[in-house]
Amino acid sequence: MSDDILGKVQKIVSEQLGVDEAEVKPEANFANDLGADSLDTVELVMALEEEFDIEIPDEAAENISTVQSAVDFIKAKAA
Amino acid sequence: MSNSEKKRVVITGLGAITPIGNTLEAYWQGLMSGKNGIGTITAFDASQHGSQIAGEVKGFDPLDFMDRKDMKRAARFAHFAIATSKMALADAKLNITDLNAEQIGVMIGTGVGGIQVMEDQQEIYLNRGPSRCSPFMVPMMIANMAAGLTAIQTGAKGPNSCPVTACAAGSNAIGDAFRLVQNGYAQAMICGGTESAVTPLTFGGFSAARAMSTRNDDPTHASRPFDIDRDGFVLGEGCGILILEELEHALSRDAKIYAEIVGYGMSCDAYHMTGIAPQGEGAARALRLALKDGNLQPTDVSYINAHGTSTPANDPNETAAIKTVLGDHAYQITVSSTKSMTGHLLGGSGGIEGVAAVMAVANDKVPPTINLTTPDPDCDLDYVAGTSRDQTVNVALSNSFGFGGHNVTLAFKKYE
Repeated sequence: MSDDILGKVQKIVSEQLGVDEAEVKPEANFANDLGADSLDTVELVMALEEEFDIEIPDEAAENISTVQSAVDFIKAKAA
Repeated sequence: MSNSEKKRVVITGLGAITPIGNTLEAYWQGLMSGKNGIGTITAFDASQHGSQIAGEVKGFDPLDFMDRKDMKRAARFAHFAIATSKMALADAKLNITDLNAEQIGVMIGTGVGGIQVMEDQQEIYLNRGPSRCSPFMVPMMIANMAAGLTAIQTGAKGPNSCPVTACAAGSNAIGDAFRLVQNGYAQAMICGGTESAVTPLTFGGFSAARAMSTRNDDPTHASRPFDIDRDGFVLGEGCGILILEELEHALSRDAKIYAEIVGYGMSCDAYHMTGIAPQGEGAARALRLALKDGNLQPTDVSYINAHGTSTPANDPNETAAIKTVLGDHAYQITVSSTKSMTGHLLGGSGGIEGVAAVMAVANDKVPPTINLTTPDPDCDLDYVAGTSRDQTVNVALSNSFGFGGHNVTLAFKKYE
């Protein structure tokens, strides 16, 4: 399950930010490593909400800055 | 500023993405061969619409001009503007560097901007609520973003704006850019018009206004300016861009010079939202002002790229305006509507038609009005029916008129 989540997140991030999936490592920071601006981040969070059918409140979204932190948040929601 | 202090402004680069070709060369070849760009709409299912035909741009790939991320966050009208501007800059061999960036600006008009984005997002809003609206909706949709993104993509940091004067927007952009260079506010301007409005809502609105051709069973003959059987305009999409440059700047770098821009006239009918003042009274004033601005006599005019929309109202009124201003000389010149081939690009039309007028001056050839088989008796000028023609073109005018009563005439002259 967890591998699935990571893979799905990587795919979404790659699509949303227009970067190669290989660059979307777990430790990659959306803004610093993958070139996301504030609008990208909002759109990315929306895409994650869609994909995993969850709600990510703004306060939580602020703390989702890396691929791994997104995966962790989604796991916690799913648990 | 007196005339002697004003700077001369020349055109050193051109670019076009149109329903008849996606490069300057393909566009001009298309115009010269009388190519038809109109067909049944492919962008959406138009079977419920009164008008089901358009001049769509075919085979355009934004990724040839920008990366995937930039493409994703821009609407099609902005894709056109970015791509066309890059082609025009390349044509001008004008490099934007740290040294000149602040002296080069962008002025790109559009009629309706990213209306498709608004339609898509409205559907999401209605079906799934406000929380699902894209954070990119506003920046993608707003009309000025073609000019904004073109600056980002080219590095042009000078004056930047976007006239939104409906179907006159592209010509207003060229005229406004002309003024900026003429008066020393910029050394060069990337200017013109862009449009991509082949969308369900646009067609709904224009159809309701009874402005569009419904010759759905015969699209290639639907745009027929000055013809007795015309029944409305055909919507087109695309972008035309001119690089305007201060003459000394152009000479100092040995730039190729297509023509000089010498006149910009604008007026308003102050008459009706969509209707035209009788006898094209407002259009005549724009024509007269452009001639005066360029120190031109009516007899100097060789060719007019008409607004020529193929609507019942425009064509005879525009013809009357030309006759009012040029008198008997109106019968000595050529007038053509390239909308017969491209359809009507709304705010983009002034861009591609400015390009056509400049090319006419540069090449001594005038594009035809196709589909003109039986002239309206009220349209009795030489509209270059059917096929293009070789003709010395010392001065070409380009007319654009927009809802709101906006009238614009630009004057281009052979550089000497």
